[in-house]
Amino acid sequence: MAKTLFDKVWDSHVVRSVKDGPDVFFIDRHFIHEVTSPVAFLGLEGRGNTVVYPERTFATADHNTPTVNQHLPVEDPLSANQLDALENNAKKHGISHWGLGDKNNGIVHVVGPENGITLPGATIVCGDSHTSTHGAFGAIAFGIGTSEVEMVLSTQCIMQPKPKKMRINVNGKLGIGVTPKDVALYIISKQTTSGATGYFVEYAGDVFKDMSMEGRMTVCNLSIEMGARGGMIAPDAKTFEYIKGRSLTPKGADWNKAMKYWETLYTDENAEFDAEFNYDASDIEPMITYGTNPGMGMGVTKSIPTAANVEGGAETYKKSLGYMSFSEGDSMIGKPIDFVFLGSCTNGRIEDFRAFCSIVKGRKKADNVTAWLVPGSHKVVDQINTEGLDKIITDAGFVLREPGCSACLAMNDDKIPAGKLSVSTSNRNFEGRQGPGSRTLLASPLVAAASAVEGVVTDPRTLLVS
Amino acid sequence: MAYDKFEVLTSTAYPLPIENVDTDQIIPARFLKATERVDFDKNFFRDWRYNQDGTPKTDFPLNKKIYAGSKILVGGRNFGSGSSREHAAWSVYDFGLRCVISSAFADIFKGNCLNVGVLPVQVSPEFADKLFDAIMADPKTEIKVDLPNQKVTLVATGESESFDINAYKKDNMLNGFDDIDYLKNMENEIAAFAETRPF
Repeated sequence: MAKTLFDKVWDSHVVRSVKDGPDVFFIDRHFIHEVTSPVAFLGLEGRGNTVVYPERTFATADHNTPTVNQHLPVEDPLSANQLDALENNAKKHGISHWGLGDKNNGIVHVVGPENGITLPGATIVCGDSHTSTHGAFGAIAFGIGTSEVEMVLSTQCIMQPKPKKMRINVNGKLGIGVTPKDVALYIISKQTTSGATGYFVEYAGDVFKDMSMEGRMTVCNLSIEMGARGGMIAPDAKTFEYIKGRSLTPKGADWNKAMKYWETLYTDENAEFDAEFNYDASDIEPMITYGTNPGMGMGVTKSIPTAANVEGGAETYKKSLGYMSFSEGDSMIGKPIDFVFLGSCTNGRIEDFRAFCSIVKGRKKADNVTAWLVPGSHKVVDQINTEGLDKIITDAGFVLREPGCSACLAMNDDKIPAGKLSVSTSNRNFEGRQGPGSRTLLASPLVAAASAVEGVVTDPRTLLVS
Repeated sequence: MAYDKFEVLTSTAYPLPIENVDTDQIIPARFLKATERVDFDKNFFRDWRYNQDGTPKTDFPLNKKIYAGSKILVGGRNFGSGSSREHAAWSVYDFGLRCVISSAFADIFKGNCLNVGVLPVQVSPEFADKLFDAIMADPKTEIKVDLPNQKVTLVATGESESFDINAYKKDNMLNGFDDIDYLKNMENEIAAFAETRPF
């Protein structure tokens, strides 16, 4: 029977199907970080269980970590406590741990692929919703809760009903200044934040075939923002090229064996999806959000829709615009901004820093803007330095910080103050997401860079085409 | 036993008719720094419940005395979107709620609720509106959530609707069991399966 890519990977991981219930689903790779794992370890120990496959679990510190002075002790006692708990639990249970200062440390969804932990056809979970990132490699990857973290530690399985299948095709060529982030924000604006609830999405078509692995990770990362459990892209030569030779990928005969399997990972021609959508690359502009969820996005040159023209509750819509201090019909272009954040598991990779530098090179940061440039990992920092991007950044008046989740979710010291407007390359613009009372516009690294040098929301195409 | 059994619950309810309530509102990230699961009720809807000076916002439904002690929350469409933080489900439970009713839930939040003993009940948008109207008109309105019969009823009028839950999860909720109990019983089967994985 014809199968989708998703079916092939899912079905090969079902240990047992429970009658009228979920599947017992085997997990190949489990990432843990300091925020959602401590209670899971308490639960595990409370029941007298042990970690069954410590070699399948990988720990990294990211949410709470400071992005300056990482060589000093962490000041916030609660953050320090969580980071210590992660380190101690990892040590006690024989789990590899990349703590603060480790050369492999960084955001969990950046360091997984970089180190060859993320592989095609694997099942990957983590107590973090943006685990969907790893689907870029043709893995089934999704976020889980802390009870499930304990489940995976103690049994290497979770109980999951199989989601429905959706395919999203984007064909054609993207225009100048249109990045993978824009493709994702465009799709989410069409689907809304709940359009893919209950589904696992496969992205297909020219646009994703042409996209770099970094770009694919950005798109899959944002799948959760339209309610999907995850997104995935069939692995191809580009995928195999990316993973080959990374420290933890299979080597020698194991590599050949794995390749045989990986080459079977595509959707068969007549395979059926429960839902399918087609979009045209030429309809996609650089995007920006104006509201308090990632579905409230539009082309950067457009005006905020009126409540009468949006689906759902007008009251909720108006509440959202009220929080942002925006009005229906407003244009974003030219709005003065206070902060720019480049980073996060969505846009903290080398390609994002290259894009940012392509705009700021030879220009200067606007005086009214505070910019936080936060690489996703130490490896990204090394690449930035090797490629000389650090000099472009410094010459333009910016400062590079140390790796971590930073201002994406304001669990660390990087918080946008109340009322301030931030252009952010992260994944969520929820009320208070970047700090209580903060206001977030989600955008690509190009939009962020253009806005950082102009001091107001700017269409990057005006700076690229000159 | 991970949580108290759930069978039939009859209670008044808090109305929160806002769409796309995300987990960052249910519990903001800055309150996720605990290493133990205690007192998550304190910061449940922190920024919607309290002013910046720490005084309660009196017009927010969860602060209104007329609803105090309710064990059900009726929320707007796409409730619990966003983060996988189970802390959101813990805060629902710790606040004293055992059931959230909505016309649509985000997947991970729904799964987390089931794992911590909060029953997510999905109803039609029409029935959700009916519940909101009834609660707004009379805060003493009682709602009966009958898990064995998978039925939610407006007690005063007898209007009801069925809801879905998979049989396995239902059994867990009725007995207060969780998945780990089940999985630990098939350790050998899982170990044999692990041997077959290519990496």
